Amino acid sequence: MRTAVISFPASNCDRDAFTALHQITGREPVMIWHRETEIPADVDFVVVPGGFSYGDYLRSGAIAARSPIVQDLKAKAEKGLTIAGFCNGFQVLTEAGLLPGALMRNERLKYVCKPQSLSIVNGKSRFTSGYNGQKNVVLPIAHHDGNYFADKKTLDRLEKSGQVVFKYDENVNGSARNIAGITNAAGNVLGMMPHPERAVDPLHGGTDGIALFQSVLDTAS
Amino acid sequence: MKAIVHVGLKPGVLDPQGRTIATSLVDLGFDEVTAARQGKVIELDLKGDDKDAARVQVTAMCEKLLANTVIESYRIDIED
Repeated sequence: MRTAVISFPASNCDRDAFTALHQITGREPVMIWHRETEIPADVDFVVVPGGFSYGDYLRSGAIAARSPIVQDLKAKAEKGLTIAGFCNGFQVLTEAGLLPGALMRNERLKYVCKPQSLSIVNGKSRFTSGYNGQKNVVLPIAHHDGNYFADKKTLDRLEKSGQVVFKYDENVNGSARNIAGITNAAGNVLGMMPHPERAVDPLHGGTDGIALFQSVLDTAS
Repeated sequence: MKAIVHVGLKPGVLDPQGRTIATSLVDLGFDEVTAARQGKVIELDLKGDDKDAARVQVTAMCEKLLANTVIESYRIDIED
């Protein structure tokens, strides 16, 4: 499987994503700078990494979502390319309109940074099938703007259609219905605030992120 | 010509910063405060002097970038 990671100014998890993808797929991912206009045609899986793209100016992820490479990402998403955005990457994907809803300032106005217990709500998605029915995982969270918002109708639709993939096991940031991660309707685009790329080595304190990447790898092959 | 764009959270969207501001004002003795909403103001300097055309353009800017209409609403004032 060929993978890629997009870097924006002030992305800071692009190296973590690179390392995780390299470790799990056995191939070095392509690093794509945000000014580039095209994702190479042989890429099967793109990670939009965490960080503080453009210093979170205007709104988290807002400027990055209007960058040249994201326009190609949108076009390729429609054709079924597998895409995952973690943390700031989730914010970029909602701002780009690839995922519904928005991520607002945490309800308690505090930056939260800790290992977080999550429930896998949909274990059949292409990002979670590798968990083999496992119900809970612990992944690191580290964000100030992770408070997921969508109107009631959208939330009902997301839950009914299995697009809610991860939920926090407690209210950590005020997210509607404790939502931590969602996919688009087609199931090829995932956005989540937790960081699976920071949980792929025992030295990270946990390895619950591995199965997420493994799921994508297994689905692709 | 200037355009002043006010962007704020839509009614019904929880605004924890506004809520904290209101609590703080009450703590300072401003008992008349019952609620606060926080937003942002973006001032744009624009070429030309056609206000109607400017409003059309600034509306497009709001829809495309300045506001996230999932959670925010906006108001535009055009000034000389």
